[in-house]
Amino acid sequence: MRVALFATCLVDGLFPDVGKATARLLSRLGHSVDFPMSQTCCGQLHVNTGYPENALPLVRNHVQTFDGYDAVVVPSGSCTAAIRHQHAELAEQAGDARLAGQARAVAERTFELSEFLIDRLGVIDVGARYPHRVAYHPTCHSLRLLRVGERPYRLLRAVADLELVELPDAEQCCGFGGTFALKNAAVSSAMLADKLAAIERSGAQFCTAGDASCLMHIGGGLRRRASRVRTLHLAEILATTGGGR
Amino acid sequence: MSFLGMPDAAGPPAGHGHFVADQPFPVAAERALADQQLRRNLGHATSTIRRKRAGVVAELPDWAELRTAGAAIKDDVLAHLDEYLEQLEANVTARGGTVHWARDADEANRIVTDLVRVTGSSEVVKVKSMATQEIGLNEALAEAGIQAIETDLAELIVQLGRDRPSHILVPAIHRNRSEIRDIFRAEMAGVDPELSDDPGALAEAARRYLRAKFLSAEVAISGANFAVAETGTLAVVESEGNGRMCLTLPRTLITVLGIEKVVPRWQDLEVFLQLLPRSSTGERMNPYTSMWAGAIEGQAFHLVLLDNGRTATLADPRGRSALRCIRCSACLNVCPVYERTGGHAYGSIYPGPIGAVLSPQLSGLDPANNSLPFASSLCGACFDACPVAIDIPSMLIHLRARVNQANGRTPEALAMAVLARTMARPERWRMVLRLARLTRPLARLRWLARMPGPLSGWLASRDLPRPPRQSLRDWWDAR
Repeated sequence: MRVALFATCLVDGLFPDVGKATARLLSRLGHSVDFPMSQTCCGQLHVNTGYPENALPLVRNHVQTFDGYDAVVVPSGSCTAAIRHQHAELAEQAGDARLAGQARAVAERTFELSEFLIDRLGVIDVGARYPHRVAYHPTCHSLRLLRVGERPYRLLRAVADLELVELPDAEQCCGFGGTFALKNAAVSSAMLADKLAAIERSGAQFCTAGDASCLMHIGGGLRRRASRVRTLHLAEILATTGGGR
Repeated sequence: MSFLGMPDAAGPPAGHGHFVADQPFPVAAERALADQQLRRNLGHATSTIRRKRAGVVAELPDWAELRTAGAAIKDDVLAHLDEYLEQLEANVTARGGTVHWARDADEANRIVTDLVRVTGSSEVVKVKSMATQEIGLNEALAEAGIQAIETDLAELIVQLGRDRPSHILVPAIHRNRSEIRDIFRAEMAGVDPELSDDPGALAEAARRYLRAKFLSAEVAISGANFAVAETGTLAVVESEGNGRMCLTLPRTLITVLGIEKVVPRWQDLEVFLQLLPRSSTGERMNPYTSMWAGAIEGQAFHLVLLDNGRTATLADPRGRSALRCIRCSACLNVCPVYERTGGHAYGSIYPGPIGAVLSPQLSGLDPANNSLPFASSLCGACFDACPVAIDIPSMLIHLRARVNQANGRTPEALAMAVLARTMARPERWRMVLRLARLTRPLARLRWLARMPGPLSGWLASRDLPRPPRQSLRDWWDAR
């Protein structure tokens, strides 16, 4: 199986550790991973901000980049959802049926990390050990567009010595929403304030999630409050070693 | 058709009415956020109703099928709206009612005002109705010297308080009981000056006030939740019984109906009478469902069919499913944005997620409504809750594109285009990431928050991430 990592533009540029952790984890599970250098961005930022015509070249670039792989792993629910739900439609709207077909084929082989581990590899215990209290924030797009459901919780419960604490009102949005956080900064901040309070109430030392974008938002808020709680991506926890496997 | 299947500029006329914002959403929202009392009222009310709704939806094993059926029936209606409306007209007429067609708010207001004038009445009682709120009927009647009295308790509170509704189902959700007591004491004729803020006492005061109106009114005005084409039946679904009083007692009944409210068959009500109460009030069944067809002995009936931007909305294939809406307000109650800002911030009588897609479309993308499609984090809770499966997040994205296209070459559009062109070339993207490293020392400088610019809002409550020394692609190449 030829596996490619689509790191996402945010991880590439701002959170490379998430990409490294994903690659390390998959290689430990026996899958060497390619990082095709022509990858950049899925175009969701442009689509969701209302510039779909700008996203089209990005879709084309993405499809060409990942066309030959058996599986594409993405450490992001949101970008996986964009690939799955937006790419083919954008191509169709632009009248490019060939691109739409290719996009659909790539999308079918594209997996969010927890989907790939459980659905494709059939692994729940990845051999990680993380002796800390952790709260999991189900990001909106992984929850409602991908329906990853219990998958991340199952992976976390299998991590040695990890104490998974309950996050109150877990399914409430953190208020990020891409450019929403800039265009409606006050509402976004109010949503974030409630999320941060819930995280601190949970007693967690770490808040994790499947999307670096939401974690950037939550982490930026925690840091501003000088909170002791830190954020890290699900991949970073799963890439740790010392577990039972 | 243009790039994304957007309708051409010339087409059915836009509507006008109380769905155009006075100020941009972010500005109105910021004011609402500062109102701690409002935040508490809304947080309490929406979380209670969310819980109730979740309970009664979960207990139905066929909710998903009901939802699919509701969406399919509405889509059939929208695809054959002309036929169903003519069928409805024929059946209402055959049963002694009179049908009027109103292109827009002005025409509807004129028709209703003339109908009331003919009766010689200077007072009408009203059943809670979004359509008449939309067209500003009460104000139009007042100009003609006719007083309209809202008989739904929450609408009465809004009316007496010279206020605007802030929720589709619970229009006075922003008021607490002491505020309501103050409004009643100041504005309700004949009320006990010592009236307490006990909910029972408040309801009793409204009851006494309204009872006299029900018994004396010669004309009633209602909206309707559904109109059945094959029988000419109108249906009003309510909780308080005030609607039943208005619909049965007065000698003249006038109903203003948005044209998308028609359903083909009597049998279709079986679907909607399950979907609506469970989604709106979180009840298995609402207390009162009134149905009537045409005129009866002693009561004349007029049906005013209202377009007001609906045909224009129908013209957009990617926006038209907003017309499936049955005004249940489930999307408001689950929306994290609505919960924090309340309805007034949307500047429309249709607030929340559905308002953010409906108000811009009904108003023909009035520039004053341009900020509404952006008033969402796209979290998707609305789509999950919608009983007729309106994909509100996708529609918001589509409307954002329509707004941007209408706005032309803004600095934002230019920046987004440059960014896209950069990202479409991997080597250029690599250079940008290398340049981003230079901002490392800036990431922790909080005085940046006081600088104007797109980042100031972010920095008001959040730190920026510090760019790494090496992008992932550079690390990968070097390893």
